[in-house]
Amino acid sequence: MDTAVSLKKTPLNAVHRAAGARMVDFGGWDMPVQYTGIIDEHQTVRQRVGLFDVSHMGEIEIRGPEALNLVNYVSTNNAAKLKIGQAQYSGLLYEHGGFVDDILVHKVDDDHFFLCVNASNQEKDYDYISTMNRGFKATVEFAGDRYAQIAVQGPRALETLAKLTRTNLAAIRYYWFADGEAAGIPARIARTGYTGEDGFEVYVAPDEAVKLWLALLEAGQEFGIAPAGLGARNTLRLEAKMALYGHEINASITPYEADLAWIVKMDKGDFLGREALAKQQAAGITRKLTGFEMRGRGIGRDGYEVQVDGQPAGWVTSGGPAPSLNKNIGLCYLPVGLAEPGRTIHIMIRNQPVEAVTAPTPFYKRAK
Amino acid sequence: MTTYPEDLYYTKEHEWVRVEGQSATIGITDHAQSELGDIVYVDLPQPGATIEQGKTFGSVESVKAVSDVYAPVSGEVAEVNQTLATNPEKLNEDPHGEAWLVKIKLTAPDEIKQLLSAADYQKYIGA
Repeated sequence: MDTAVSLKKTPLNAVHRAAGARMVDFGGWDMPVQYTGIIDEHQTVRQRVGLFDVSHMGEIEIRGPEALNLVNYVSTNNAAKLKIGQAQYSGLLYEHGGFVDDILVHKVDDDHFFLCVNASNQEKDYDYISTMNRGFKATVEFAGDRYAQIAVQGPRALETLAKLTRTNLAAIRYYWFADGEAAGIPARIARTGYTGEDGFEVYVAPDEAVKLWLALLEAGQEFGIAPAGLGARNTLRLEAKMALYGHEINASITPYEADLAWIVKMDKGDFLGREALAKQQAAGITRKLTGFEMRGRGIGRDGYEVQVDGQPAGWVTSGGPAPSLNKNIGLCYLPVGLAEPGRTIHIMIRNQPVEAVTAPTPFYKRAK
Repeated sequence: MTTYPEDLYYTKEHEWVRVEGQSATIGITDHAQSELGDIVYVDLPQPGATIEQGKTFGSVESVKAVSDVYAPVSGEVAEVNQTLATNPEKLNEDPHGEAWLVKIKLTAPDEIKQLLSAADYQKYIGA
């Protein structure tokens, strides 16, 4: 398709195409949605190890004596609690409490923070943080072009990556990272992911991405490694109930509504959105992100109306098959009073109400 | 490389039809199943339902999305492929054969003339 010309490409684009991946426009990026099949790739990650090109994700570096103050002002979690080499999931909010983006904050040094942000939000995030920096005078760098990112995810991820690095991976705890090397390439290795499995997200220079990708595929061969696309990434994160910007969270949704109160630290001092969140906390939320399982035939998909007792009550944010659970699942917003698990609801699928039941989340939790 | 059988007629909406006298068998093309990816549901009309050329008569849902299926020709549904209710993945495996969708009794056989040949369809999808 000729439309691909205007799309942004990761350094691995030609590798995906050569592997026969189906490519799609994902927020302006030409990305692999699947290689062999979404369900297949999903199971590979749950049972063995999968490789994801997530180089489209954005990076923002914040440096200087004021770096911590800026990060803590623009984000909801408490970056002051981070130790060097530790990462945290956080929210970047507007004053009114809605999400600009959800982000990962890595503390590289006392005066250096490394933010991983959503691909399609990276320019917006950079502009927003830069504007807020006027009162701080930290150095804010748009670093998306300096990093490729490869995610190695699944129960055999550690063994796979361990073959390529001298960095002691077992010593990196969940949501910690180390600056080391992989396949002879300087790499930031973080024990993070978006699949609900153990694994690593590895940041390298873009011109080294192909070398690392191929080395990982070879190293993981004995464990049954396979590349996985954005399709599987979505079913995996949905089972683990991880939010996707533009679906569960957006500019009109607050962390409290999105069931993300744990990333809001009201006691850390002032931050963007704090006042609005304090008000919402006092008044109580009216709607809440809720899981559901389909009982009837069909899949409740993004944007579909949810009805309770024949009345419109909410909307679906994400829905799809859960290959690990053999069910069709989804997430939706419902009034707080209707959001407890076990309630019969109906999803309007192509103008027909199809029965579903609200369900506890996450749908999938890996055995530790 | 998929081969598109010469004895089928095709639509730009990626359905195929095989005509046998006054009857026709309808399915979706290999290109369609490939674009959809892993198919998880197939919704089809009941026997006795009438379908009209160019109008949707069912849907095919994959992990990614749901797509309408359009009637390549008009007719009355005589038989529905029950296999697909329990084994929708068959549609990924054998779309031009075992995984046909419905058999119909043609009510306007002349409509066939508006459909694409295998060669034209392959040109259309760039295969």
